[in-house]
Amino acid sequence: MIGTIMKTSLLHLRRDRVVQALTFLLPIAFFSIFALVFGGRGTSGSEVRVDVGVVDEDGSAVSTRLLAALEKEKGLEVSRTVKVREAQEPLDRERARALVQAGRLDIAVVAPKGFGAAFPGFFPGAPEVEILADPSNPIAAQMVVGLLQKVGMTALPDLLARRGMEAFERYAGVLTPGQRAAVDQWLQHLQAGAVAAPRGDAQPEPMGSGLVRTKVVDVIRERAPRTGIIAFYAAGVGVMFLLFMASGAGGALLEEAEAGTLERLLTSRLGMGRLLLAKWVFLTLLGFAQVTVMFVWGALVFGLDLWGHLGGFVVMTAVTAAAASGFGLVLATLCRSRQQLGGLSTIVILIMSAVGGSMFPRFLMSETMQKAGLLTFNGWALDGYLKVFWRNAPTLDLWPQVLVLSALAAGFMLAARLLARRWEAA
Amino acid sequence: MKPLRVSLAEKRFGDTTALAGVSLELEAGELLALLGPNGAGKTTLVRAIAGRVRLDAGRIELGGRLAEERGARDVLGVVPQDIALYGMLTPRENLELFGRLHGLGGTALSDAVGWALGWTGLEDRSRELVKTFSGGMKRRLNIAAGVLHRPRIVLLDEPTVGVDPQSRERIYEMLTELRREGASLLLTTHQLDEAESRCDRVVIIDHGTVVGAGTLSELVGRLFGGRRTVVLTLDRAPEMPLPGLELEPGERTARAMLGDAVDELPALLGRVRAAGFEVEDLALHRPGLGAVFLALTGRELRE
Repeated sequence: MIGTIMKTSLLHLRRDRVVQALTFLLPIAFFSIFALVFGGRGTSGSEVRVDVGVVDEDGSAVSTRLLAALEKEKGLEVSRTVKVREAQEPLDRERARALVQAGRLDIAVVAPKGFGAAFPGFFPGAPEVEILADPSNPIAAQMVVGLLQKVGMTALPDLLARRGMEAFERYAGVLTPGQRAAVDQWLQHLQAGAVAAPRGDAQPEPMGSGLVRTKVVDVIRERAPRTGIIAFYAAGVGVMFLLFMASGAGGALLEEAEAGTLERLLTSRLGMGRLLLAKWVFLTLLGFAQVTVMFVWGALVFGLDLWGHLGGFVVMTAVTAAAASGFGLVLATLCRSRQQLGGLSTIVILIMSAVGGSMFPRFLMSETMQKAGLLTFNGWALDGYLKVFWRNAPTLDLWPQVLVLSALAAGFMLAARLLARRWEAA
Repeated sequence: MKPLRVSLAEKRFGDTTALAGVSLELEAGELLALLGPNGAGKTTLVRAIAGRVRLDAGRIELGGRLAEERGARDVLGVVPQDIALYGMLTPRENLELFGRLHGLGGTALSDAVGWALGWTGLEDRSRELVKTFSGGMKRRLNIAAGVLHRPRIVLLDEPTVGVDPQSRERIYEMLTELRREGASLLLTTHQLDEAESRCDRVVIIDHGTVVGAGTLSELVGRLFGGRRTVVLTLDRAPEMPLPGLELEPGERTARAMLGDAVDELPALLGRVRAAGFEVEDLALHRPGLGAVFLALTGRELRE
């Protein structure tokens, strides 16, 4: 008896490819994606790369050596100039701040006037290196602060020792000539060792923290205090559920085919083209309403600044909903049954959401995965929403996202139209 | 001008020939039954007329116009075998939807919906969801949704399948009303008794070709002439074959086909008595549509 029931279950499983895929392929696909997203930092091709702008207002030997050493660190892509009207001009504090705000730099490091003279920052009141940071990328700030401490020790050991001895002499008495000669010889040795240190591989001995005094300045929140990580989650979750809604509602087409109403619709004056167009417009409006409801909730309950970004929100939501609706119709016209659609859409949408940044911010992924994210619908949509709510970008700056999502919407509709030909006259 | 004329329609699906040169005509105001065994090509023919299958060869004319001409199919109403309705809508909402898709609007639409609700007897249920309806109610509404725009030609694919006798009767009353208003009806059915009693003419197709067409009298005359079937009920079930009679094993019934009943019946009864049996009952039948179908296709309709 039990064997018979098990055999029947096995026969069902063998003949249902969707269930097989959900059972075996979906876990593998998810495991692989999360392994790539979170674990892909071991090889050089997939390392996290942080774009750092460097501004040396001090111009001292200390700041020059410190920032040059920072430039040699692996994982940092340091720039000291910015392109202004076809010409490269040196970065200054304001330009660096604007570039971080616009998302074109992950972070900027500013060595202020008087920094070199007061190095190391053992004493209160010493000028601090300013880290102009985007709080959406906390890893970049922590990485740069840590690396500054590291290069402070590895690139300037002679200076550390010299300043240390000066402090010693000031508070404990002057060295004898013999002691002075020995210390000078040691300092020369330290300086030679620092210059010869290979790129990024120096292992500093633990000496405590705070050699290089730093101050992290949040350049995003200082402009828009009410928008924050909520905007990211609203957009991420919104786009993912937009896709689920569109594919689910697009599946009505399959139900209509199964029930026979599609046959009846197609024997009326309505053609397949107009039927798809009607469904696409409806899904787009429904998707717009769905995302709007969520953002209004975010504004009312979590203080999301929707009203201050209304123009960008409307533009992004319109193109995102249009493209998501097209995508839902492609899935619906591709599948042969509602069950197939359920399985396929779950797999595709969850994978796109993981890679595209709906579940985990793309800027925290390895560079390879960040690029892979741009192959997904979610990646472009989220970039647009982050531009609006995080970076306060003007609506006109959304043109790349609007262009890509509009092209995707048109492409999806064309594909859906071609796939729907199977329901037309045989 | 014939409302519908199909000439030498051919259609292949891969290696399968669905239609191999079918020709038929629908007369004005008639109810024509399209019969055939499963796989004979009935559905393909109906779908071709409805524009859902493209013919490889042949032509279809509707009211004298080629079916492919723009607007030619506006005179057509199609009632599919499936209950092609939206269960989550009310009958009124369903009718309004399909009416609009057939070009109705404004007063014409509300008049048509009002007529259809009365015609189907669903006025009292017009605000309930269709998914709560019985099979017969859904069937009636299914027909109404196909004829709401008052087409001159109506194609009905198995319009009475799965409904109780009472609902079937109501459906044929509705079809009669349509005919009275001048519509011509082509229906496919597996119910031979319905085709025999309700339809003016039948067209029988098999293997993609028309194997017989005409009124039942014409078909019987053509196939059986004046022959009649005699059915005898004997006093007991024969254990051995009786010459000239078809027997059902273990049954008391015996059948024979007689060319001239008056001449041949006495001799047949004499042979039965000589074999030691008494005739308890006797019935003489003209062959019906079942016999015609069997003679033309070699199969029972249900096969």
